[in-house]
Amino acid sequence: MSEGGKTYTIDVNHVTRVEGHGRIHISTRQGTVETVELCITEANRFFESLVKGMQPHDIPWIVSRICGICCVGHQLTAIKAVEAALGIQVSPQTVLLRKLLTESQFIQSHVLHVYFLAVPDFLGVKSVLPLAKSHPEVVKRALRLKKLANDFTAVFGGRMLHPMTATLKGWRMLPKLDQVQQVYDRLRDARVDLEETIRVAQTLTIPPYERETEYVCLRHPDEYALYDGQVVSSDGPPPVPAADYRHVTNEFTVAHSTTKWSKWHREAYFVGALARVNNNFDQLSPNAKQAAADLGLKVPCYNPYMNNVAQVVEIVHCADHCLELLQQVLDTGLTEEDISYTARAGRGAGACEVPRGVLFHEYEFDENGRCCKADAVIPTSQNINNIEQDMKTFVPQMLPGMSCEELTLHMEMLLRAYDPCISCSVHMLDVQFVD
Amino acid sequence: MKPKIAFFDFASCEGCQLAVLNCEDILLDILELVDLVEFREAISEKALRYDVAFVEGSIHRDEDIARLRDIRARSTYLVALGACACNGNVQARSNFVAPAVNYAEVYGEAARNRVQVDPEHWPLWAHTRVRPLDAVVKVDAQLRGCPMVPSEFLHLVKSLLKGTQPDFPAVAVCTECKKNENECVFDRGQTCMGQITWAGCNSVCVNNGYVCDGCRGILPDANLAAHLQLLREHKVAEADIRSRYRLFCGAEPIGRGV
Repeated sequence: MSEGGKTYTIDVNHVTRVEGHGRIHISTRQGTVETVELCITEANRFFESLVKGMQPHDIPWIVSRICGICCVGHQLTAIKAVEAALGIQVSPQTVLLRKLLTESQFIQSHVLHVYFLAVPDFLGVKSVLPLAKSHPEVVKRALRLKKLANDFTAVFGGRMLHPMTATLKGWRMLPKLDQVQQVYDRLRDARVDLEETIRVAQTLTIPPYERETEYVCLRHPDEYALYDGQVVSSDGPPPVPAADYRHVTNEFTVAHSTTKWSKWHREAYFVGALARVNNNFDQLSPNAKQAAADLGLKVPCYNPYMNNVAQVVEIVHCADHCLELLQQVLDTGLTEEDISYTARAGRGAGACEVPRGVLFHEYEFDENGRCCKADAVIPTSQNINNIEQDMKTFVPQMLPGMSCEELTLHMEMLLRAYDPCISCSVHMLDVQFVD
Repeated sequence: MKPKIAFFDFASCEGCQLAVLNCEDILLDILELVDLVEFREAISEKALRYDVAFVEGSIHRDEDIARLRDIRARSTYLVALGACACNGNVQARSNFVAPAVNYAEVYGEAARNRVQVDPEHWPLWAHTRVRPLDAVVKVDAQLRGCPMVPSEFLHLVKSLLKGTQPDFPAVAVCTECKKNENECVFDRGQTCMGQITWAGCNSVCVNNGYVCDGCRGILPDANLAAHLQLLREHKVAEADIRSRYRLFCGAEPIGRGV
């Protein structure tokens, strides 16, 4: 540190408790910010290249491997995109089952993120492990909720990770109704754990930093959009169908950087739980709205650290919504359906909300029905530009009152608040933030 | 003294570490018996020596090789965690296209050119080819599958705590599938790789109405010629056979076409 201002160089290599490899580099001199860099050091896996030559049904099965935490989201988005390319229509039963599968993963991912990856920062510990001693009831509740969500995914997907039962048109093997009933009972009984989760979230001190930005997510006329909808923005343009996702993402290359970034109406936009809650608050369940009130989340909310709180609100919403959907399955039963399809030439896109934001996939098939082109735009790569804008805004505000360690922690917390999923971000090698 | 356990990851979906966190029923009990010193996905602590290192992911670049060798040098026992670490997994399919073409495909021509000529980009961008861990360092045990199987992970941990060697029999998925009394995939009019694939998954994909695509890797003594013949007899086109073998086994002889 020098007189007349602070001179810091902060380098956090292999940022912990995020999914994938990232590095934050910030340097300040005499109290002014010189550079803010978020480098992505994850090795390439070339998913868009390697799916070439595959048969249509192989694609969702393989691209699930883009990410362990959001494997269901990648699988279902790919299924919708391939179906759009091949002109495949699906039954109401299939849509119902897909909604349950996707919302099971929202609960799993949000519980994992809130309890394992974010809460330790707020409680001043390095991981969830010390909490097993100091707050055993919190850790046991986290594990109980996570196990419930995982078992839920396994009942509908065949297993927790990289499920194999969901495919084009429908289900290779339908869930067993007695197991559906068990999921229903356990989710109904999880009310206490959910209320305690809200209580834990109430005790967290959220850093009070705000920056209004553009909030982008799907919206559906009938329900809080997670599985399906059109793309909307807080800046109010007409809704955009999934097929026109390029009008939204506008991927561009920054000078001296090969990375594709996204922007729509402004310099950057926000996707994820906070964007969804901001734009679709009216469609949340009554319990979820109450949770938002209890947690001091008023929309529109411009504090990115509140994304963790928005995730808690969504856990409550998904639990309520899934109870309704599970009841529908139990009331109507499930029927075996024909899932045969014909491969042909075509091109199609699909969009789903996944825990970290809106996800787009697009595939093209040649005259033999084999994949010849693919594209995926991942929530984290859409957010990364917005994270940079937050860092550029907040670092000068934080600098006067914070030590180097506090500033580092706040930057790591900011990055974690977005719940970045770097394994997913196939476009994101070598992101450079140059001030 | 409790054994020091660490988790590391290279190119992967990190799902196998997630599968460890998904052992909710027994996770806290295991943590009583071991000293977890590194687990970047879930904790923010680091250590210098490890009794057991679990390594997820495949190896692509020079900097990955250096980091893996460093982990090996500091570990008594090294476990390849999951299909990416054991056999290269789905990303090994990219080996059949030159890295420069892959970069152009995903990032565009300008980026491809910059990768080729700018030395500052080489550490991160110098992708050579996708390899499993044992192409670079000695591996003491393999937890196969995409994702790895929790019961095998627990068997390994229990064996190491007792001081015995874990036992993963070299038999085919077919044997487990028969025990589970599944109708044969071929009798359902589809084709399968269960005859030549390492068992240990309890034939989970066939149990759930799908087929085996060989994510656990090919058995060392498998009759590859017979399997190829079988797929041809079932009228699978040559290009689709090649694509199938390269879904999960692109870095293995069967995927490389040797």
